[in-house]
Amino acid sequence: MNKRKLQEIVGVNFLRLGVIFTAFFLISFLYIIFSKGGSVLSWTFFTDFPREGMTTGGIYPAIVGTLYLTILSILIALPLGVFTAIYMVHLAKPYWLMRIVRIAVNTLAGVPSIIYGLFGLTLFVRIMQLEVSLISGALTLAILALPVIINASEEAIRSVPRSFREGSLALGATERQTIMRVIVPTALPNILTGAIISIGRVAGETAPIMFTAATFYSRMLPTSINHEVMALPYHIYALMTEGSKPDQQVPIAYGTAVVLLLLVMFVSATAIIIRYKIRKSRKW
Amino acid sequence: MVKELIKTKNLKLWFTDNYVLHDLDFTVYEKKITALIGPSGCGKSTLLRSFNRMNDLIPECKIEGEILLEGQNIYDSKADVTDVRTKIGMVFQRPNPFPKTIYNNVAYGLQIRGEKRKSVLDDVVEKSLRDAWIWDEVKDRLHTSALSLSGGQQQRMCIARALANQPKVLLLDEPTSALDPKSTAKIEELCIDLKDKVTILIVTHNIAQAGRISDYTTFMYLGDIIEFGETKRVFTVPKDKRTEDYLTGVFG
Amino acid sequence: MKVFKEILFKAVTYFAAIFSILALFGIILTLFMEGIPMFQEVSLREFLFSSAWYPTNEHQSFGALALFFGSLAVTIGALVIAVPIGLGTAVYISEIAGSRTKEIIKPMIELLAGIPSVVYGLFGMAFLAPFLIRNIGIDSGLNIFTASIVLGIMIIPIISSMSEDALSTVPRALREASYGLGATRWETITRVVIPSAKTGIIGSFVLGFGRAIGETMVVIMVAGGAAQIPSSVFDPVRPLTTSIAVEMAETVLGSIHFHSLFALAIMLFIITFITNLFTELFLFKKVK
Repeated sequence: MNKRKLQEIVGVNFLRLGVIFTAFFLISFLYIIFSKGGSVLSWTFFTDFPREGMTTGGIYPAIVGTLYLTILSILIALPLGVFTAIYMVHLAKPYWLMRIVRIAVNTLAGVPSIIYGLFGLTLFVRIMQLEVSLISGALTLAILALPVIINASEEAIRSVPRSFREGSLALGATERQTIMRVIVPTALPNILTGAIISIGRVAGETAPIMFTAATFYSRMLPTSINHEVMALPYHIYALMTEGSKPDQQVPIAYGTAVVLLLLVMFVSATAIIIRYKIRKSRKW
Repeated sequence: MVKELIKTKNLKLWFTDNYVLHDLDFTVYEKKITALIGPSGCGKSTLLRSFNRMNDLIPECKIEGEILLEGQNIYDSKADVTDVRTKIGMVFQRPNPFPKTIYNNVAYGLQIRGEKRKSVLDDVVEKSLRDAWIWDEVKDRLHTSALSLSGGQQQRMCIARALANQPKVLLLDEPTSALDPKSTAKIEELCIDLKDKVTILIVTHNIAQAGRISDYTTFMYLGDIIEFGETKRVFTVPKDKRTEDYLTGVFG
Repeated sequence: MKVFKEILFKAVTYFAAIFSILALFGIILTLFMEGIPMFQEVSLREFLFSSAWYPTNEHQSFGALALFFGSLAVTIGALVIAVPIGLGTAVYISEIAGSRTKEIIKPMIELLAGIPSVVYGLFGMAFLAPFLIRNIGIDSGLNIFTASIVLGIMIIPIISSMSEDALSTVPRALREASYGLGATRWETITRVVIPSAKTGIIGSFVLGFGRAIGETMVVIMVAGGAAQIPSSVFDPVRPLTTSIAVEMAETVLGSIHFHSLFALAIMLFIITFITNLFTELFLFKKVK
């Protein structure tokens, strides 16, 4: 065996080793989380409030809080994102403004999430006096999700064939009618897929809600957007860093992680299924 | 006296279920130019790519039969594919220089085989570029990017790159189809000049080109070799009606 | 009426587009508004070049150098792990794997990318740290080493998916040219494919760097939290993000300490802004 062949075999197997390592890690990671967290899962874990200083009971308010936060933030970010995407694809004038919007969106996408948290704290909690609340957290998360939604919507809108637009304009429709009645509906499934993917992202964020929305413990569910809320990711963090009974808190943290992972995976699976169905049914 | 350099025996090739090459027996003579002509989709490029096992890169491809280079089957399980490709060089339809300097493009084949001595590399680079008629144009800028060359120059550099491996055979896959007439003429003349050194097998869409440069012509149609012979004979008195129709432009 | 609707539509669209710019300016503005007041009490020199971070002592001092080194240490550690594995995975997917294997590896990477950072943090803190204490005989599992592993795994998907994009833009003709000259797969990969995609690949490293240095939850939970310039990979450190997140919960609104956390955030923002700029440049070059 010559040197070149040896190099080939060693090299390719080295790459293979990298992939195997990643796979091995992923499997053991999921196994550890699910096996350690699985033991605390029960019906009451989903439906009960935390009890006795978070050492027993369930995580119901954190589940509800995370759902509220993510849904509210996507409802805020989605229209903004879709209209920005419409601007980028179809209005795109003046050119300099488009360049600046593009730079701003790309920059926002790279801002660390903790900085969103500080921004939310300053603007929403303090200046706008919304306090530490559901709405402050949702607004902060909305801005964090915005770049992802803009990029996904832009891609979706751009993929609508030119002929659709020309067909509509040729029938005497205005720009607005063409966009709102032809282009956006055609692009909608892809836009929604992008939105769902960002739900998965937003649901797992901790740093942006630390100072804007989240609380360690709440005896009741939020009844208004001005209440502070519990959230799954923050609950995991709190269980690991606060309190005095780690032996009892760590298993609950694992259990909460299982719920969060299931939520995120469920959301991504939904997105993947939708994407698959769109590809199958697309006829243009 | 002509010597047989490559022989194919019962060569059959499929892409998944698509039967592309039908049991071909074919001979390439040493130090001659053999042209492969035929309408699009007749399998001529696929056949060409079989000679240096480029079809191995396509997972759907299945191949049967033998291709003998000086009596050795290049598809033998013991054959070394990199060795085959070193002995049988290839130049592609579009010039495909690496995004490296001209020098490093031409030295690539030697470098991967572990040649590090600068004097050897320098000599081979110069000789190959001279043989490919591009030395004078690039000798002052060997260390600039190959992408700065014109299309015709790039293609001649690709020929030089292949020659640097000192191949026995050079496979040319429509080497002039992406070039202007002037560059084309230059490459045609170059081919004729090169045949003292290397055996050339060329696929071309351009019937006139085959007539101008080749010694032997093979006409392929729908995966079969319809006619093979000396170019002069094939072009003047084709034996098969389909060859005649193709040469006279009835289809193609 | 129709004209009004058209105008309204345009107004809404422009507002949405401008919103992103406003948001970015809002972020920059709030950071500076709350961060600058610190410099009335603390010199820029002390902030940048001192490593004494004692915000709650009687004699307060706000030297951010140790925090900066903490961030740098875990980020470089993460890259040491993620670069070979991420790039290796990308090369494997694009150059070696058959279509079936690809269909297994790609969703795997996507799944890895979708795991929330706090869950990675939990894994590092509750499993990996004790595991390392048991198996490699260190006193504390919360240190640069552990944080780098967890952070590294977190950014593998970023590096691998962006590198893979870059590799996929390398024309097939170049691979064929290399194989046609008798090169092996490994030679083709290392001498032709990777060099041709290098801008995109380096871009992926830079992006991974930016993501790792801005990551908060993993480092809070796993890096150990000691504000010191590390001398070993098994030392605990306190990255910028840890200080910001942990101390914000404990400090008094409007105090120097409070403002100093925003000053840290300015530092972090500038670092990520520069990395972003680099990525943009690399990507832009690739498109050209």
